[in-house]
Amino acid sequence: MSGPGPRYARGDRVRVSERFPPGHVRTPWYCRGRIGRVERICGRFRNPEQLAYGNREAALGTLYRVGFPSGSLWPDYRGSERDRVEIEIYEHWLEPVSGDAE
Amino acid sequence: MTEPAAGNTHGHDHDGYDVDPTHRHPPQPDLEDTPLVRHQVMQMAVTSLLVEKGIFSADDMRGQVERMDALNPSTGARLVARAWVDDAFRKRLLADSGAAAAELGIDIGPITILVMANTPRTHNLVVCTLCSCYPKFLLGIPPDWYKSRNYRRRAVREPRRVLAEFGTDLGPDVSIRVHDSTADMRYLILPMRPAGTNGMSEEDLAGLVTRDALIGVTVPRAA
Repeated sequence: MSGPGPRYARGDRVRVSERFPPGHVRTPWYCRGRIGRVERICGRFRNPEQLAYGNREAALGTLYRVGFPSGSLWPDYRGSERDRVEIEIYEHWLEPVSGDAE
Repeated sequence: MTEPAAGNTHGHDHDGYDVDPTHRHPPQPDLEDTPLVRHQVMQMAVTSLLVEKGIFSADDMRGQVERMDALNPSTGARLVARAWVDDAFRKRLLADSGAAAAELGIDIGPITILVMANTPRTHNLVVCTLCSCYPKFLLGIPPDWYKSRNYRRRAVREPRRVLAEFGTDLGPDVSIRVHDSTADMRYLILPMRPAGTNGMSEEDLAGLVTRDALIGVTVPRAA
């Protein structure tokens, strides 16, 4: 996990890592590889992938809420273009989108 | 339905249903008739050990279960009703639900709860696609459907159909924000105050706010 300051700011576009490690991962499959926008920074929390195995010293990292247009998650989505899904994602699951933020 | 059916030998009828007194209903299984799963066995074993070693008493354990079971949605409803009658409180509730709830003597528990306000243009809905994360301190134990795979996968995939099945039809002008409660936050929906409730007391307003409205699968209506 990265250093103490949040790497992303509200409004930044981010891509969810397209990785599929085993274990207690809190990143839903349906958003992996998808691009969203940081809706808010939730604070710093211990990495659940380590906590789940009894590591009380699990690394602290920033947790974000990232919003995705529902239509970008499911191409055949039926609803308003403004419909969206907002998901809590830890920083180590996010990648910068080129041309943005970094 | 006055003619006793064949087999009724005890002198009165049963309003038309099967009246054979020798008829046996299939037994309702007792709790013990379902085999324990591994985690139940583990929970019982760990509880016994902790009590045996004096970490806590059996009464502590019982009391904690009783407290958890006593949590219920009326607590969340009180917050909503106060927000409806007091706009400054509403702003504080949206900014920091823990501090705002404490003003009413309500403990939201150890986990941050984000309050999401419905507007005429946006409806909010909560799901935990990964398990069953839920704001227990404000709503109590979640309903079974909230934990079902069907609700969990469809709430993010086709929320409008899910809402319609709950009897909630949003117009096309209303957008949906689905909050997937995947990690360290929990969510409470702040519904809009229904029309026709002017002059109602805060307590009566709270009575209109149901569990399902606080999850976002319905909206409160004036009684």
